[in-house]
Amino acid sequence: MHHPAISIKDLHVSYYGNEAVKGISLSVQPGNLIGIIGPNGAGKSTFLKAVLNLIPKDKGTIHLFGSSIQEARRKIAYVPQRNDIDWDFPITVLDAVLLGTYPNLKLFRRPGKKEKIWALECLDRVGMKDFSKRQIGELSGGQQQRVFLARALAQKADMFFLDEPFVGVDVSSEETIVKILKELCWHGKTVVVVHHDLSKAEEYFDQLILLNKELVDFGPVSEVFRTETIAKAYQGQFAFMKEIGV
Amino acid sequence: MEFIEAVFQYEFLQKALLTSIMVGIICGVIGCFIILRGMALMGDAISHAVLPGVAISYMLGINFFFGAVFSGVLTAIAIGFVSQNSRIKHDTSIGIMFTAAFAAGIIIITLLKSSTDLYHILFGNVLAVRSSDMWITMGIGLVVLAAVYLFYKELLVTSFDETMGAAYGLPVRMIHYFLMTLLTMVTVASLQTVGIVLVVAMLITPAAAAYLLTDRLSIMIFLAAGIGVISSITGLYFSFTYNLASGAAIVLAATALFILVFLFSPKHGLLWKMLKVRKKRASLV
Ligand SMILES: Nc1ncnc2c1ncn2[C@@H]1O[C@H](COP(=O)(O)OP(=O)(O)O)[C@@H](O)[C@H]1O
Ligand SMILES: [Mg+2]
Repeated sequence: MHHPAISIKDLHVSYYGNEAVKGISLSVQPGNLIGIIGPNGAGKSTFLKAVLNLIPKDKGTIHLFGSSIQEARRKIAYVPQRNDIDWDFPITVLDAVLLGTYPNLKLFRRPGKKEKIWALECLDRVGMKDFSKRQIGELSGGQQQRVFLARALAQKADMFFLDEPFVGVDVSSEETIVKILKELCWHGKTVVVVHHDLSKAEEYFDQLILLNKELVDFGPVSEVFRTETIAKAYQGQFAFMKEIGV
Repeated sequence: MEFIEAVFQYEFLQKALLTSIMVGIICGVIGCFIILRGMALMGDAISHAVLPGVAISYMLGINFFFGAVFSGVLTAIAIGFVSQNSRIKHDTSIGIMFTAAFAAGIIIITLLKSSTDLYHILFGNVLAVRSSDMWITMGIGLVVLAAVYLFYKELLVTSFDETMGAAYGLPVRMIHYFLMTLLTMVTVASLQTVGIVLVVAMLITPAAAAYLLTDRLSIMIFLAAGIGVISSITGLYFSFTYNLASGAAIVLAATALFILVFLFSPKHGLLWKMLKVRKKRASLV
């Protein structure tokens, strides 16, 4: 019962011999909102995908809720980076959210009335119910991200992984998303968010994973958020740091 | 009118008609997934890659269906293997593999048989469809349609957001090769009607036209099948009436429909878009 939500030991991932993630070990307790922070190319997306076993790892063990990823799959919702999606795809907002009900549907079963009502509820929660019949490309960046959050909610998962959900997103959508993520954590869910930007990190997250290929630091936000550790992660990006007043 | 009378009168024309209608339907259906996954080139490649399989089947005296599926799927696997295990990009890998398979097929056929056979395999001759060919096409068609119906959910997720599918545990690689198998089967079913060289047009053109007409995949699939059927019947009519190559006539009919849709589609058509822009600008003057 007292398994950590995520437990990682000595994770290594490389692309054709180039190491993108080096020797990361950490463990996360359920109910936390966790930010993964690091400069561009730091291996944040790679780390996330390796944790979910979407790309092969060179070394390391990963347990989610004390079991292997294969066993934990149905408890996980993943929201990909925006540019991984074809926004011209012929799918409506409601149908996109309905995809979230697929993991819990049996083979050969189609989503029915019950699933549609649930999907609309999830859309309502992110404030996008009025847009349910739109094609997904006809939305603003913030609205698109909220729809994908609704899809994740529809999965009824225990653990949520979001890759850069705030890129190209307006302020009010960002606030809606953060509010919902915090609510999820209050209900005991574990939420992991990749975020390449330091601003607001202190406000949003309980814990930070500071990444620059290696694990630079990991712990409660207040401890990680000290200038030296941040500087170590963002080597050479001081101009950017001054801008946001670190 | 003469055409309709002839259809009632001649059995060969009935077979031709039924076969090309089935081909129109399954090409349209599978074509939707091919274009949405950005695999148009892959469609072209796999259709060409069935040639050596067909040739070897002739040589061994077995039904060409088995050889064709074998060489088509093998080529798909080879393409994936090269692009995943080297820095060679996917489209380059496609170009290398399918031309190799196609060239091998041409050599085997020229060694084996007269060039008329090669011509018919490459370009189709729907008016010469035999009963056994028609039944093969019908059988393949039903299998393909049943597969798409049963696995619609999985095909939709992996076409739209493959990573999500993988994240909740779908075997996305296997689904890819499953689709490649369906694609090979569709190519085989279309051999007699449009031939290897032009199958890709029947896969892509009706689906692309349907893509411009709707924002829902389920509707797109029906529209693509419908456009495929209309193209087939129109092409067959011209082929019969004016003694034209059947495959080419069917493909040009599909192209004509695509151009109509491209110009006049209510939402994505060029003409309406231009008119809307004009109206908007005029209202701002
Ligand atoms: N598919 C890939 N093939 C080869 N190299 C990759 C691939 N994906 C990412 N990389 C490399 O791995 C490193 C980490 O990338 P990524 O995880 O996307 O970083 P981040 O998400 O932190 O910006 C980068 O140097 C990137 O160029
Ligand atoms: Mg990234």
